Amino acid sequence: MSNNNPLLALEHVGKEYYGNRVLTDISFEINEGEIIGLVGENGAGKSTLLNILFGVEVIQSTGGYEGNISMDGKVVHFTRPSHALAAGIGMVHQEFSLIPGFTATENILLNREVLNGSMMSYVFSDRVSTLDRNAMYDRASKAIHTLGVAISPDMVVSEMPVGYKQFIEIAREIDRKNTRLLILDEPTAVLTETEADILLAALKKLALSGIAIIFVSHRLSEVTELCDRIVILRDGRLITNQPAKELNTRQIASLMVGRESERKEDSMPQEISDQPIEVENVNDTLNPKPKKKGKKNKYALKVEHLWVDMPGETVRDVSFEVQKGEIFGIGGLAGHGKLGIPNGIMGLYPAGGKVRLFGKRLTLNKPRVALGRKMAFVSEDRRGVGLLLDEPLDWNITFTAMQTQGRFLLGIPYIFQMRNELAMAKEARKFIDALSIKCTSVKQKAGELSGGNQQKVCLAKAFVLRPNILLICEPTRGIDIGAKALVLDTLKNYNKENGTTIIITSSELEELRSVCDRVAIVDEGKIAGVLPASRPAEEFGMLMMGQTKQESENDEEGENIA
Amino acid sequence: MFRKLFDLIANNAVPAVFIIISAFAIPLSGFSASYLIQELLTRIGRNSFLILSLLIPIMAGMGLNFGMVLGAMAGQIGLLLICDWGIVGIPGMVLACLIGTPIAVVLGIFCGHILNRAKGREMVTSYILGFFINGVYQMVVLYLMGWVIPITNPNLLLSRGYGVRNAVSLLGIRGVLDNLIPTVISGTEATKQFLNINGANTYLLFNVPCLEGSIRIPLATFLIIGLFCLFIMWFRRTKLGQDMRALGQDQGVAYSAGIPVNRTRIIAIVISTVLACYGQIIYLQNMGTLNTYNSHDQAGMFSIAALLIGGASVSKASIANVFVGVILFHLMFIVAPMAGKNLIGEAQIGEYFRVFVSYGIIAIALVLHAWRRNREREAARRSLRGGNA
Repeated sequence: MSNNNPLLALEHVGKEYYGNRVLTDISFEINEGEIIGLVGENGAGKSTLLNILFGVEVIQSTGGYEGNISMDGKVVHFTRPSHALAAGIGMVHQEFSLIPGFTATENILLNREVLNGSMMSYVFSDRVSTLDRNAMYDRASKAIHTLGVAISPDMVVSEMPVGYKQFIEIAREIDRKNTRLLILDEPTAVLTETEADILLAALKKLALSGIAIIFVSHRLSEVTELCDRIVILRDGRLITNQPAKELNTRQIASLMVGRESERKEDSMPQEISDQPIEVENVNDTLNPKPKKKGKKNKYALKVEHLWVDMPGETVRDVSFEVQKGEIFGIGGLAGHGKLGIPNGIMGLYPAGGKVRLFGKRLTLNKPRVALGRKMAFVSEDRRGVGLLLDEPLDWNITFTAMQTQGRFLLGIPYIFQMRNELAMAKEARKFIDALSIKCTSVKQKAGELSGGNQQKVCLAKAFVLRPNILLICEPTRGIDIGAKALVLDTLKNYNKENGTTIIITSSELEELRSVCDRVAIVDEGKIAGVLPASRPAEEFGMLMMGQTKQESENDEEGENIA
Repeated sequence: MFRKLFDLIANNAVPAVFIIISAFAIPLSGFSASYLIQELLTRIGRNSFLILSLLIPIMAGMGLNFGMVLGAMAGQIGLLLICDWGIVGIPGMVLACLIGTPIAVVLGIFCGHILNRAKGREMVTSYILGFFINGVYQMVVLYLMGWVIPITNPNLLLSRGYGVRNAVSLLGIRGVLDNLIPTVISGTEATKQFLNINGANTYLLFNVPCLEGSIRIPLATFLIIGLFCLFIMWFRRTKLGQDMRALGQDQGVAYSAGIPVNRTRIIAIVISTVLACYGQIIYLQNMGTLNTYNSHDQAGMFSIAALLIGGASVSKASIANVFVGVILFHLMFIVAPMAGKNLIGEAQIGEYFRVFVSYGIIAIALVLHAWRRNREREAARRSLRGGNA
């Protein structure tokens, strides 16, 4: 192997999905035995970059990528994961790719089994040779041993604790003889602290043996501890590529989240924040008290130890209070459970814990009860849960009110009732004017509207309920800038005029900071901290990256339970 | 302790119920032990091979291969042709297998391709595919045979000159495999007559004094079944078998590990179809008559019912399940009509019960499978919730 050329070099790599730029001009190098920390917010382009490196098919099927990738000075172009594997790039995915009913050995050597030679294999193929179980056992235990953990190679994966599975995944990549570059995508997300420490130690050992590692994590302390260099991506651009020693976690967080002034110059239209926050906010005073519009101790919603079993958005243990008349934001990275909180409170997914609404306990797991308590919900799944796509607008707007509150109906309850079409159309027209929903008439089908207008219909549907509390998920997802501003303004005004408590869940931190009074950041299914929206962005960034504030009481509770 | 016992029974509920029913029905039927054993041995020889052919697709996660009737049809075409050509005995059977194999391979590849397009719905797809291929089979047998495909033996053909008769006698190969190594267990000294019947010196004789009468054993058939069991055990230990087990549990993972998922699935179905073809030939060799338009129909359904009664599930089946199943299912077949007659004076009730049971058991197994899978999924997600709840 030549020492002049880096193991892997990226030159001006870029990628567009259907005219949507996600990566711009990424260049960096990795040498043998080097550990690179790759950090960035959701949507910063980390996954796309990893997909390009690993030759995942989706890159090729959407038009390939720009720039060059070279290994040992030779340009390589992977169009399939198998090509990348052959070149010595191993990847450990965020989701486990293990066969549950197989033992550790069988999984580590999956499709690389040691075979006994046999006559049959000359006649047919190697696939009719029997497996050499003893040799397989030896190889597996060697790979596990390299990691420094004590897992029996005969243990069946489905009976393993989650942490073990991660080790098995990594052992699988180590066993591959030619692995030279190991890509780890959030390997510590599912590990306990001790397990994470063992893993970090094992990775350092691996690096000493000459294997280069790309380590993706949102736990910044791990990144600074483990990595030699840190590459920070933001909005598809490489922000910095520095030795880890020169950076502390706070600097990383601030570089990742970015300042508002930088955001404004951003080239990605969908990322532009509509309400740029004044720069002086960044240096605001340390004032942890929430802005209050109601009286002291008058909370609208009190959540204690809530868990929600929403696939992909699991909430483990969440406690927070929302003041009356407040706009409360819930932020955090995708997949950490922020969407699970409102969905769980409304009863759409199995949930447990205590939720009090204006002092009275709310029965969970019954959407009907939640709606009856005058809570309204705007789902993040607009087209699936939010709207009846093939029905006219007036139906959509009045549907929930009709079903749960018995409004817009004529006749005698329980005996004979029919829709009051006139009242429905009138109500719908009122909201179409108020929210300036662009449509041909109240009879237009909801599915025919644009994303932004559909979102407004969803809001109208919630407003019709005259809610005491409004829960909104991802209010601006997939809608254009103009509509975004309008939706957010509508929410603000509604809060001001009616004093309605609003809880907004959003992936876009800037949006939350511009609208909300306080913002809670969810990390790994728990609240990492609640901050007033005026706090500097990097503090939120720190919370998102698992830098839980010690003084935060929610965190202490979380620790006690863990 | 109790917990363990309960689990053991709960996990084997289906065979347990059948054992209990049989325990009541056997004395009620009034059959002698030697008669029961003779019947059982015959039926084990007759059916085991067909049931064993189901194991490999289950291992590959494709569920119960209702498409095995495709193989059965291929075998029947082979048998029809050797009947016409008048080739008898073991050479006839071998030739029927040789003719049936390529047909079964082609049908298996076809079936495999279709099932690859219907992942997750293999069972219902293969079931309906069975009906479709049945239509093609009927066209071949009813119209093309004697017209496009030359059939010279007038005993095979319908009187109109083309198309095969409904009942075809397989006298030429009847019992040739079963009696290849004539074996008798006898309780009395009346062994001479068996000697004469078989007319050869190549018989084996065991003497069991406490037995009334005598029992013939289809030893050659059993040997072939034994060989087949060894084949399956060897197959499980091969790379191909390991790949099938892997993709049976998680196709996505298997694919990302570089296992050719679709190809492996097709191989599993082809093996199953070819083995079902041989199984049907062995089955009909024992029966001695071929119901041209019906024989294959029930082969799939009864084999699947027997396997499930043996304690197999849609996703897990072993060789032991096959034999437990074939014994319990056929024990029921033998004793239920007689027990019904002795109990209520009506043989029909036993017959009804037996058909009802075989279809019912398939329905229950499918429901149990779906229920268990949902529960496992739920349990897997619950573990994500963390320490509380």
